[in-house]
Amino acid sequence: MSQFLRDYLTVAIFSGITVGLLSGVLALGKLVRPVRPQGAKYLSYESGVDPVGDGWAQSPIRYYVFALLFVLFDVEAVFIFPWAIQLEVYGWFGAIEMIVFIVLLSLGLLYAWRKKVLQWI
Amino acid sequence: MILGVDLSYWQVSVLRSLGILVAVLLPAGTFVYVFLFKMVSFMQSRLGPMEAGPFGSMQLLAEVGKFLQKEDIVPERADRRLFKLAPYFVVGTVLLVYLAVPFGPDMYFANLKGGVFYILAVSSISSLGVLMAGWSSANKYALIGGLRAAGQLIAYELPLVLAVVGVIIQAGTMNLSEIVSAQAGGSIFGFDGIGNPYLLTQFIAFGIFMIAVQAELGQTPFDMPIAESELVTGYITEYSGLRFLLFFIGEFASAGAFAAVAATLFLGGWAVPAAWADLNSNWFNLFGPLIMLVKMMILGGLIFFVRFTFPRFREDQLQKLAWTVLIPISLVNILATTILKVAF
Repeated sequence: MSQFLRDYLTVAIFSGITVGLLSGVLALGKLVRPVRPQGAKYLSYESGVDPVGDGWAQSPIRYYVFALLFVLFDVEAVFIFPWAIQLEVYGWFGAIEMIVFIVLLSLGLLYAWRKKVLQWI
Repeated sequence: MILGVDLSYWQVSVLRSLGILVAVLLPAGTFVYVFLFKMVSFMQSRLGPMEAGPFGSMQLLAEVGKFLQKEDIVPERADRRLFKLAPYFVVGTVLLVYLAVPFGPDMYFANLKGGVFYILAVSSISSLGVLMAGWSSANKYALIGGLRAAGQLIAYELPLVLAVVGVIIQAGTMNLSEIVSAQAGGSIFGFDGIGNPYLLTQFIAFGIFMIAVQAELGQTPFDMPIAESELVTGYITEYSGLRFLLFFIGEFASAGAFAAVAATLFLGGWAVPAAWADLNSNWFNLFGPLIMLVKMMILGGLIFFVRFTFPRFREDQLQKLAWTVLIPISLVNILATTILKVAF
């Protein structure tokens, strides 16, 4: 197996150990803690008042435009990382390419800014 | 080969995994005791815990004992499976972040080639756990807290990622061990007496990184998701006992994890400048973790000092800061680093 895959095998083994450890801790708690069920304990907490309506209340999500912008810039980051490693190889050619790329993206951000989508209404 | 004993691959992996648990829990516990219990107490002219052990140093164990004995309550309206699954995401991802951080020339858990990329990817999974906790509780406070947390985490993920790019351009690699040796062996204008810790050349990136870390951790100037005066405790309102403790550990362990990552990227990690000592000597497997711990404590002190000093941002101010200040500055930082790197 190549070293690259071995490194990620360690990641996989450790994820398994993490899950096992957390389940172990929670199982240990099960042995120690008391269980005295009473109906009122299982009500949703609303500052001591009986809960009103459903817990999954509709609420305006004001930042779905932010989420779209996030996707845009996150994809940009995916392109920037491999380029950043190879910058020394490409020299000025790579630098100018990336400057053009980042300036174009900044124009996108500037457009969103001017259109006032970066405001919490 | 570890300590002269030949071990097979899976045995080494298990040993490293046990080592990582120490590496996670030790700084997290130290952070809670030194900063959350003691430093804040002295800042507020009180003593903090004094009963359990000398100077209250066993208080943390007492707290764990207390949480172990609490009844496990899942609200009847909650989505049971998601509710129980959420702590795994929050704590598990923090443990996975430590996997790529080197603590000495051979003291690493996995020497990943794309270490920085891996860390950024894994650390952003925890926001999924936060959203799960907020949604599955079927509680209005928890839902609003979870949504606020999601909005905040996506806004500050970008400055975090873009700030790191400056370091990668300078080092020319994403492997954390190589970033450490690049800093130890580097030179500033031909002077190599203190190496080249990227704190000096990438100070803008460092500032942005620490602000973004503060927001990713939900520490106080950015603690809108758990704002206690309006949302009780936000997305962890319905959690009690052991599961609450797991969220609590996750919060402080991730403070430790980000302090470790920032120490590696900006302060030179486990190494001292290469002009001072031979970095490949076996002694650094012993001293490396200690040097690392000192740097982590300095950065942790910074995080918690800010936490206990500044008032809370409003939700819109918080989004505005990320999108209109931090992201443009970090883009400018990338461009400036590029031009300087190619020109020199």
